[in-house]
Amino acid sequence: MLHNSFHLALTVGRTATPEAVQFWILAPLATLAALGILIVKKAVHSALLMAWVMVTLAIFYIAEDALFLGIVQIVVYTGAVMMLFLFIIMLVGVDSSESFIENLKGQRIPSIVVALGLSGLIISLLGRAAIAAPAVGLKDANSAGNVQGLAKLLFTQYVWAFEVVSALLITAALGAMVLAHSQKVRSPYVQRDLSIARFRKNSLGEAAGLPASGVYARHNAVDVPALLPDGSPAPTSVSQTLRSRGDIITNAGFALEHIEEQED
Amino acid sequence: MDISNYLYLSVILFTIGALGVLIRRNAIVIFMCIELMLNASNLALVTFSRIAGNLTGQVASFFTMVVAACEVVVGLAIIVTIYRSRRSASVDDASLLKN
Repeated sequence: MLHNSFHLALTVGRTATPEAVQFWILAPLATLAALGILIVKKAVHSALLMAWVMVTLAIFYIAEDALFLGIVQIVVYTGAVMMLFLFIIMLVGVDSSESFIENLKGQRIPSIVVALGLSGLIISLLGRAAIAAPAVGLKDANSAGNVQGLAKLLFTQYVWAFEVVSALLITAALGAMVLAHSQKVRSPYVQRDLSIARFRKNSLGEAAGLPASGVYARHNAVDVPALLPDGSPAPTSVSQTLRSRGDIITNAGFALEHIEEQED
Repeated sequence: MDISNYLYLSVILFTIGALGVLIRRNAIVIFMCIELMLNASNLALVTFSRIAGNLTGQVASFFTMVVAACEVVVGLAIIVTIYRSRRSASVDDASLLKN
């Protein structure tokens, strides 16, 4: 345990046993999930692990007599913020997993060293901190109810900060709208424009549309290219999506063995 | 268990968040790591509030949550705008000012 291994560790007061059990179950899980955010490849998995960390923190808040913050944590963070993250991930592409090739050479090891140093620094700082011990606890402060106590502070001592924060929220909403608003620089391509573009090309070969898949190939599946009159496959006959995925079946088995010379 | 263990957990989570900002390249994941750091500091604030026996720490934590929500909204809008023009959410690809 942490506070045994540090001689200068901070001791401020014991918790009840159920809370300790809950902490020792949930804290390692939260740490593992947080480490998972760094390790997993896909952003969706990171978002799910992040949601788990946030739910864990909400449970900790409630255990620490911060009922209102615990509920707000679930409603605002896991409910709104993480859903916003998931929306953006869906928008940007779920399948876009990032490559782990380092662009800055040898940046990873120094980062890990810096992070370990940072945590060591703050933990040793905590060990030397002179925080009023024993802990007072929130029984008195919450005597009229946690929400009532928070409301009293928010609307008396911190009312100015509260108003400023409302201005910040409005500014952020406006900023998001301005950033997300896109002005169309040209009118969208409609069927008429596409048709004109086809006829303006160098060759009229595709004026009537691209060749259908499987034609002359003795097989009419969408992933089998059509055979051209000379027996070679026509790559444009297979959809661009299948082509970029590499889902094209070779039609060697369906090709004609020899093309008979037509004589007339 | 000592109450200060919450503070140590908060330090660990904060460090993991900072490490994520340093080593991940996906802008969305970097944002999530920033959220993790803010959440870790919130845990520390709530614990300090319990140690000190007044609700000021919880009010500060509440304000942190509001600011974090604003930051997420604007940040994700920026990510979407960059994605729209550059077709990538990687922070390495937004290097227009380089060279």
